[in-house]
Amino acid sequence: MAKNISVTVKFWKQNGPKDKGHFEKHEMKNVPDDTSFLEMLDMMNEELIAAGNEPFVFDHDCREGICGMCSLYINGTPHGKTERGATTCQLYMRKFNDGDVITVEPWRSAGFPVIKDCMVDRMAFEKIMQAGGYTSIRTGQAQDANAILISKDDADEAMDCASCIGCGACVAACKNGSAMLFVSSKVSQFALLPQGKVEAARRAKAMVAKMDELGFGNCTNTRACEAVCPKCETISNIARLNREFIKAKLAD
Amino acid sequence: MAKTLDSRIPEGPIAEKWTNYKAHQRLVNPKNKLKLDVIVVGTGLAGASAAASLAEMGFNVYNFCIQDSPRRAHSIAAQGGINAAKNYQNDGDSVYRLFYDTVKGGDYRAREANVYRLAEVSNAIIDQCVAQGVPFAREYGGMLANRSFGGAQVSRTFYAKGQTGQQLLLGAYSSLSRMVNTGKVKLFTRYEMEDVVIVDGRARGIIAKDLVTGKLVRFSANAVVIATGGYGNAYFLSTNAMGCNCTAAIQCYRKGAVMANPSYVQIHPTCIPVHGDKQSKLTLMSESLRNDGRIWVPKKLEDAKALQAGTKQGYEIPEEDRDYYLERRYPAFGNLVPRDVASRAAKERCDKGFGVNNTGLAVFLDFSESIQRLGIKEILQRYGNLFEMYEEITDVNPGKLAKTVNGVEYYHPMMIFPAIHYTMGGVWVDYELQTTIPGLFAIGECNFSDHGANRLGASALMQGLADGYFVLPYTIQNYLADQKLWSRLSTDLPEFEEAEKAVQAEIDRLMNIKGKRSVDSIHKELGHIMWEHVGMGRTKEGLQEGLKLLKAIRKEFNENLFIPGTKEGLNVELDKAIHLRDFILMGELIAYDALHREESCGGHFREEHQTEEGEAKRDDENFFYVGCWEYQNNDEAAPELIKEALQYEIIKVQQRNYKN
Amino acid sequence: MWLINSSIGRKVVMSVTGIALILFLLFHASMNVVALISAEGYNMICAFLGANWYAVAATVGLAALVVLHFLYAFWLTVQNRRARGNSRYEVTDTPKKVEWSSQNMLVLGIIVILGMGLHLWNFWAKMMLVELAPCAGDHHLATNGVYWIAETFSCPVYTVIYLVWLAALWMHLNHGLWSSMQTLGLSGKVWFNRWRVISCVVSTIIILMFVAVAVAFCFGYRPADFDQINAVVEGCHAMGLC
Repeated sequence: MAKNISVTVKFWKQNGPKDKGHFEKHEMKNVPDDTSFLEMLDMMNEELIAAGNEPFVFDHDCREGICGMCSLYINGTPHGKTERGATTCQLYMRKFNDGDVITVEPWRSAGFPVIKDCMVDRMAFEKIMQAGGYTSIRTGQAQDANAILISKDDADEAMDCASCIGCGACVAACKNGSAMLFVSSKVSQFALLPQGKVEAARRAKAMVAKMDELGFGNCTNTRACEAVCPKCETISNIARLNREFIKAKLAD
Repeated sequence: MAKTLDSRIPEGPIAEKWTNYKAHQRLVNPKNKLKLDVIVVGTGLAGASAAASLAEMGFNVYNFCIQDSPRRAHSIAAQGGINAAKNYQNDGDSVYRLFYDTVKGGDYRAREANVYRLAEVSNAIIDQCVAQGVPFAREYGGMLANRSFGGAQVSRTFYAKGQTGQQLLLGAYSSLSRMVNTGKVKLFTRYEMEDVVIVDGRARGIIAKDLVTGKLVRFSANAVVIATGGYGNAYFLSTNAMGCNCTAAIQCYRKGAVMANPSYVQIHPTCIPVHGDKQSKLTLMSESLRNDGRIWVPKKLEDAKALQAGTKQGYEIPEEDRDYYLERRYPAFGNLVPRDVASRAAKERCDKGFGVNNTGLAVFLDFSESIQRLGIKEILQRYGNLFEMYEEITDVNPGKLAKTVNGVEYYHPMMIFPAIHYTMGGVWVDYELQTTIPGLFAIGECNFSDHGANRLGASALMQGLADGYFVLPYTIQNYLADQKLWSRLSTDLPEFEEAEKAVQAEIDRLMNIKGKRSVDSIHKELGHIMWEHVGMGRTKEGLQEGLKLLKAIRKEFNENLFIPGTKEGLNVELDKAIHLRDFILMGELIAYDALHREESCGGHFREEHQTEEGEAKRDDENFFYVGCWEYQNNDEAAPELIKEALQYEIIKVQQRNYKN
Repeated sequence: MWLINSSIGRKVVMSVTGIALILFLLFHASMNVVALISAEGYNMICAFLGANWYAVAATVGLAALVVLHFLYAFWLTVQNRRARGNSRYEVTDTPKKVEWSSQNMLVLGIIVILGMGLHLWNFWAKMMLVELAPCAGDHHLATNGVYWIAETFSCPVYTVIYLVWLAALWMHLNHGLWSSMQTLGLSGKVWFNRWRVISCVVSTIIILMFVAVAVAFCFGYRPADFDQINAVVEGCHAMGLC
């Protein structure tokens, strides 16, 4: 049976990228602990609106942990702390105690400027993807799907790499603001599949170059990214990206 | 006099229609393609694949999405898989069989020619996706693996773990990203289409709102494609994403596109039940759970009462006091009856008072028997991630032993309840996927589609990608080949100006209501009305009552809405209000259509029309048509019905039977 | 040039210089252990590494490695801070997986560099430097490494400072070694754990060897031939033979 708890939400308000921003506090009374964290914020917004205030703005969409839209830094951890990898929308109030103060912040990284409150601009990820996150196949060109055999191990590992949802938690957690886990997951997916091998060198170089150009930091292997990744991507992807990149550069 | 609808189905035997069409359609030569602009609204499976394919052909594409990235479109949340008639399993599959299963699954309310084409191009989709690097599941030999899904006797579903939608969308998104990089696609994220602009009777552009700045922007093009998904969120609680809305489709409807079969709404039986009035979203648990889980409610009403009061737990009810109602009613299919049947059966039990949670709106899905039969290890291998997901949400682990009585093990059962999941109805389109407005095309879930009255599992992904990769890029050329519309129109034309002004006026109107109620509070009320009166079991009286309540809701919305903030800059409440305005209209459309359709078929169940055993009873004599609705000048006026008669050349229309 | 322009290239420079320095440390530590066994043997090595062209060239090379490693470290840090942006989190909860050292490599590096300055002053300035520039110090002691070890570590303050320095170095190496393998792409799901173990073992061995010499000499231990060697050296000096 659900029990009710009361918490204080300390949330970040910021009016655009230039604004300095500040925290505001709101007391939430009698929150059933079987509500999700975002539903609790919905309730808070209802209260704010009822009082004539603007709601607290944050990104969210599918609310089942797959779209990668939600992006809150909760009590010092991207997406909040859970035992298994989970996104913000998969965090439930039973993870908190009565009387807790919950600090909610946006992803803080130069690569992700704040649009409003905790909604950030992740266009940088788009640009990296556009630089090379694909195989150059045109619609209708493909041969039969079973024409190239792919070992189950490779297919499964490619699937794990492809599970990245592009939420940006890795960048948010990294003290260097590095996007290596994101980039390496995409590069790894293609590096493991024969379809992606043709352009492997070009892809690794293009995506890394774009990542650098956009001002993301250098990876120093702190592992903060993999510790917070909601989809449990690992830094072995980063090793693979490094390998692909160095190989490509040495072949030049 | 209402207009007549021409579905423009090509001549010839069904298996040759699409080939014939392609052989004789008009094309745009490569040089001229470079001069033509196409607007694609939406970046889900249909939108992203269409935008990428059109750009590859040479068209200049303007692509819009409301999220911060095309990859976040709700196609990403599809779990199960995608169907194709590859027959890799050598189990007798064929294009015809896929076509037949889809028509039958749709309760004989889909267009034959469209469905056949869908089945025909399904194989090319799999080829395309594999070439894009979609990591489909494979066998040890390196071949693609398949699984079976409801409503079919063959294994034809391709899958990527439980994230097939995600992987297919990322595939389409990668192609789209590639074309953005070449400059052929101009991508506008966090933009929302607010209106379609019609010049000389043709769709020639859109008015879009930059959601970050709040500014309205005009875009001109030679054709407009909407791929904006379904309208399930009219029910407030659904498995749709929070941002899913029907504003683009409804706006096209207001401008003259007709809406087809809106009452065909799919209700998915295995969702996590509503836990309280604070809930904002329902979570789907994969249909695959029904393979090994048994669905039950207590036999005794007092047990159900105790469960509702929380004084008893599910595992405390002994085997002999459990009512496995699906196995009881449908011995042949048992727990694996189609979605609509399973959903209705759950509702029937709960209506009788046998619901098992505090709201009385849940049934049990129990793994005790299969765990004892197969062992917990095997069950966790099959459903481990789903059990984890369920535990994360509800704090109950269905794989945990609760107690043992006389050697019989009782595990904690899951609780499930049906929820709105997919909408088969949508914008009416002809064979070319063109709406009744020339130059306006609708693809994916947003059109009234190929699913008839009920969609089979793993067919939504197939349809979205078929439309986007292999159908629209051809058929749109037949339209664009018309040289009369080759000129580029200036966005300074009076038509654009008027459209923008109208949108601006609407925004001002909403901002100035300055009432007391938040958007969500009204939306929740709308959802209650929809679920109660236009939900799973519909009656004439209920629907009439619903329509009255919907009118009242619109009044409440128009008079008592409160939107904080200003129209300048980002204002999520304003955007939600616009969506809600259109959900109300959509809700009415669903109700009108459901009221007029005096039969039960697929996702539409009228309680007056059922067999003695409580099964859906179709009326092919009187309702063998697509029910289309035309807008009548304002939101208050009732829409007008237009019928598109269905013509079946091949398939014999029969009663669906899942009992024996 | 990708070793300058790309983030991975810059990290490759860090890795390669780092690994080279680790190899040097391994050699240095092994050489030190000789001082525990034979003063004569140790001094022979010192003489071998005196003002010969190859030793000087190696020293210059080493210095270059250190400078490169050091400059790149600062460069990367500046870039990383910029990438982090100006706003700081109000609350941070570092995950358990994250080693403290991995987030503080620069701090550890600075301690290592400072310690190295002291170390150069204690030894190099009195040995190789004197050989190269005789006016810099006592020429007859320039190849008597054992003497300098005994001299330095008989002072407990120096010993403590050296131990702190070595602790920082241990942490730096423990992260640095597997991290460089990761950067060079020589890691993966399986090798990641192996490299971590190897890192720990190698850095522990290196540091223990250093510590053993420092602590032993501090507590008054001397190799058996210590007095004899020192007497010989003194004698040679007195006779003007050296």
